[in-house]
Parts: sequence; structure tokens; C-alpha cells
Amino acid sequence: MKTFVYIDHFKGDVQPAAWEALGLAKSFGSAIALVFGSNVDDVIKNAFEHGADEVLLADDSALKDYRAETYASTLTALASSLSPDLILFPTTTRTREFAAMSALDLNSNVITDATAIEVNGERIVVTRPIYEGKLFEKVTCSGSPQFITIRGRAFPKPEQQAGKSGTITKVEAKTDSLSTVDGYSVAEVGVSLNDAGVIVSGGRGVSNNPSLQAPAGLDDKQAEIWKAQQGFALITELATTLGGAVGASRAAVDAGYIPYSNQVGQTGKVVAPDLYIACGISGAIQHLAGIRSAKMVVAINKDADAPIFKQARYGVVGDLFVFVPALNAAFKKKLGK
Amino acid sequence: MKIIACIKQVPDSEAKVKADNGAVSWGDAPLVINPFDEYAVEGALQQKEATSGSVTALCIGPESAKEALKHALAMGADEAVLVSDPALTEGLDTVGAARVLAAAIQKIGADMVVFGRQTLDTGSGLTPAQTARVLGWPMLGLAGQIKVDAGSVQVERVTEEGRQTVKANLPAVISVVQSIGEPRYPSFMGIRKASKATIPVWALSDLGMSAPAPTVTRSELLNPPAREMAIEIVTGDSPEAIAETLVEKILAEKVL
Repeated sequence: MKTFVYIDHFKGDVQPAAWEALGLAKSFGSAIALVFGSNVDDVIKNAFEHGADEVLLADDSALKDYRAETYASTLTALASSLSPDLILFPTTTRTREFAAMSALDLNSNVITDATAIEVNGERIVVTRPIYEGKLFEKVTCSGSPQFITIRGRAFPKPEQQAGKSGTITKVEAKTDSLSTVDGYSVAEVGVSLNDAGVIVSGGRGVSNNPSLQAPAGLDDKQAEIWKAQQGFALITELATTLGGAVGASRAAVDAGYIPYSNQVGQTGKVVAPDLYIACGISGAIQHLAGIRSAKMVVAINKDADAPIFKQARYGVVGDLFVFVPALNAAFKKKLGK
Repeated sequence: MKIIACIKQVPDSEAKVKADNGAVSWGDAPLVINPFDEYAVEGALQQKEATSGSVTALCIGPESAKEALKHALAMGADEAVLVSDPALTEGLDTVGAARVLAAAIQKIGADMVVFGRQTLDTGSGLTPAQTARVLGWPMLGLAGQIKVDAGSVQVERVTEEGRQTVKANLPAVISVVQSIGEPRYPSFMGIRKASKATIPVWALSDLGMSAPAPTVTRSELLNPPAREMAIEIVTGDSPEAIAETLVEKILAEKVL
């Protein structure tokens, strides 16, 4: 099977799931990496070291910034001339968009968020979560090539082999964009929720610290948000100790405690960490759906009847404002930090 | 400016969705406007107000999907159109939906089409970009802010890495994220207006097309693997003692 793997990157930083896609491609035979951009030597080097047998490079200053149309047309052109059977992508905001367009150009379609792929001869059966993890479906695409975006952390990451290299073949870049990029402001993001091995999340409960007194001059809502921010500071400290990301329930986001980008659950992000620590989250059904793929859930809540305990491996019934700092100290001690 | 907000009807996010004899079942949970599409309607209404334009809500679905369109009307949309055809009930995938929507958009006429970022059902988030591709219009995905200025539009895209400001000529297709602003509640007057509205229903023949052939077919529907829910409540004499026991237990299971 001729498999291409699109190496998604932002200014040279590769999405880790791209390497997982490369590892998956190798399990089907050989893997040809697709690299788009301008001055992407590091991406190419990393692609070889993560197992690419060959790199197809579209190098053009017009591809420096991601744009849906240029990336889609570049992909369509190379796929029509080289006829791969399968193109794999990590699932990102970019790949969802331009793979969707290119698949349409080629009378195929994209299967997103794959968590398992079975190859039976010509037929590829993909398992993917729907209803944000409440159900799974097995689907097959009748088009060719097949476009599949894989969910982060669903497939093993290949070992990096330092110094491994291979052939680079240049392909044509399509530069007809329908829009122009006026600028960027890069957010200060910590570990991304999608790639995090550990997530510590806070819910509505983080604003209820009875021992805190909000500064004078704030109205009730401002005082509530101020208190919640103190609560999230404790959660962030624990996440930092564990090298993890900070998440939040929809209730916490809707209350204005933390931005939408931190939201875990059906209307937020569906996550698959090794360890998920839920602090002051009651466990609405849509939140539980979003954390179903977590290997271990630990719940901290003062309400022993909170539904979150039904999905947890370990539970602590108690005050998160006392317990989270204690847990942070205990982890620091054990992990020698 | 003529704006179209594309919406879909989905089971409520609190619904207990299950696989039942190979079909998706959501019990007696209500069908609602897809939560992300409420943001699309909100974004469209903001542009209507900024440009003295109009908003048409557009939906593909069965007759019952009129309820989702009525929600958009109650929020302030001026008109609504339902595309409904027996040939569309089974196996309409994102490419098919994009072709049908593009035909309906051409028939209505628009300067701007607004989508939510994805739907809560099959949730692949492909339809906005594929609709733009069929139309040959620019795709401005994941907008947290939209500014229209004489024939062009500038959006601030919210991506994994930060915010990207992108500009394109109209007409354009935009998908929006939550930063666009909380969807407004339907007003009393809006609800009255929506309840009286007659919503035109277009069949595929009205769009001069037949049902697009499906490219993706489902062979199996599965409930997620049952988890062993052996919850253990960790107790102890003090928070410090509980924390120590819990850390030992977590590390012993070697998940980290």
C-alpha cells in the first residue's frame, strides 16, 4: 500500500500525532512524508528520524503561512499525479480543513479522528468516536485516495533514530490563495490538551473557597471570578508538577473562570490522557463523554454523590482547596521535584 | 449584506446516546439546534446588525428540523429554509451535505455564509470547508471575530497556536468558535414571530440535483467498551496522609 503521511507543523513545531501517523504508516509498509512550508529543514530531518522513507517537499514562500486553498491545491496536485492509496494526517484544525477540500477535489472524503485502522486487502475500515465519544462507528471510504486523520495518542509513537536520512523529492507548490494573512499573535499555551499525558481539570467548584476574601472593590461576579482564578492557580501548580495541561468543565468556562480553549467535554475537547484529575467537577454527561478515553480518572469533590465518581478509579471526598496543594506536595516528594 | 447561517439539528448534549440494533438512539432526549451552530447564528446576527443586512437560516434535515430553524428565527434570523428530501435521509456524508448546501446557498444568494465549527453528532467538522470548496469561495475557519469592510472581510482565527488574522474578498464562508460571543436568548417577540413563520421546504429537484452518492459508509455502530468502574475512595487521617496514599496508588498502577 502506498501511504503518504502529512507532517503537520506550525512554524516548524510538529504536532506529535504526525509521528504517530508515521509509525502507523510504517506498520502498513513504507511511509512517504509530505512536508509543506518554507525553510522546513528541521521538519524534514525529524521526519526521517521518525521513520519516513522519503520526503515529498513543497517548499515555497507562499506556503510559509498555512492557508486552506494553497495547502489543499498543493495536496490535490501531488495526490493526482502520484496516486497514493492512503494519506494519513494528525487531526488538527489545519488538517481537518485542507484535507476536507482536497478530498472533495478528488471525489473522495476524509475520515476524521481515527482511533483504530484495519487493513483488509484493499479495504480500510476505520474506527472513530462519534457523539463525542458516546459511541464509536466503523466506516469505510469508497474514494481513492483515502484521507484519514488520526486522533492524538491513539497510536504508538515511533522511536526517533538520530541521524537517519533519506531522499527528498521536490513537488510543485500551488500558490493561488483566496485570502491573505495579516498577522499572528501567538498564544501562551502550555501543554496542549490533545497531547497531554496528564490533565488536571477544575469545575464550578474552584470558586467556592470559603477561606478566601476577595479584594475590596469587586462586584459579586468579579469576586467569584477572582476566587476561581485562585483555585485554578492551585490546579495549575499540580499540572506543572506532573508536566501536564490544565482543563476545565463547561460550567467553569461558561462562568468565565477560564478560556474556552481549556474546555474538556462534548462541546469542548475530547481528551485521552494517561491520568485525568478532576477537581470540583460534578461530572455532567457531556464532560464524562469527553474523558472516556482517559486511562485513569481521579476525582476530588466534596459531594460524595457527584456523578464524576462513577467514572473514577480513585476518589477523594473533600475540600479541593486543602487537598490539591497536599496532593501537589506529595507528588513533588515522590517524584523528587 | 445577505448572510446565511447553516445549522443542523442534533440530540441534546446531555442525551444518553446508545447504539441500539445498529442505529443511534438517544432515548427521549430532545433534538436541538447544534450548540456550535447557535454561535453561527449569533455571528451572523452580529454582522446583520453591523451592516444592516439580513440573515437566512439554512438546514438540511427531516420536517422536524424546522424546530431548529425556528430557534434561529426566534434569535433574530429574518428567514429560514429547510432542504428536505426522502433521498437524503440515509447516507448523506459531508461531501454530499456540502454539495446540497452549496446549491441551496446559490439559490438563496449570499455575501457571507456562517457555520459552527462542528456538529455534536458525527462531528467531523469537514462540511464548512467542503462547502467553500464547492462554491469556490474563500474559507475562513474558526473565526473568533469578524469585521466586514466594503466587499472584504477580516477574521481573527482561533487556532491551537494562537490567533491568526486573515482577510478575503466577499463572498466567503466562515466557521465560528465560541469567542464570537454568547448566543443571544430568543426574545419573546422573536419566539412569537418564529411560531407563526412558514418555512419553505425545498426538495433536491428544487435545487436541480439528485442525491449525491455517499463516499463514506458505516459498517458497524459500537457502544464504547464498558469500563471497570472499581472506584476506590481513598481515606486517611489528614489531607496529607490521603495525598500520600493516593500518590502511591497512582504510581503503583504505572499510568504515568
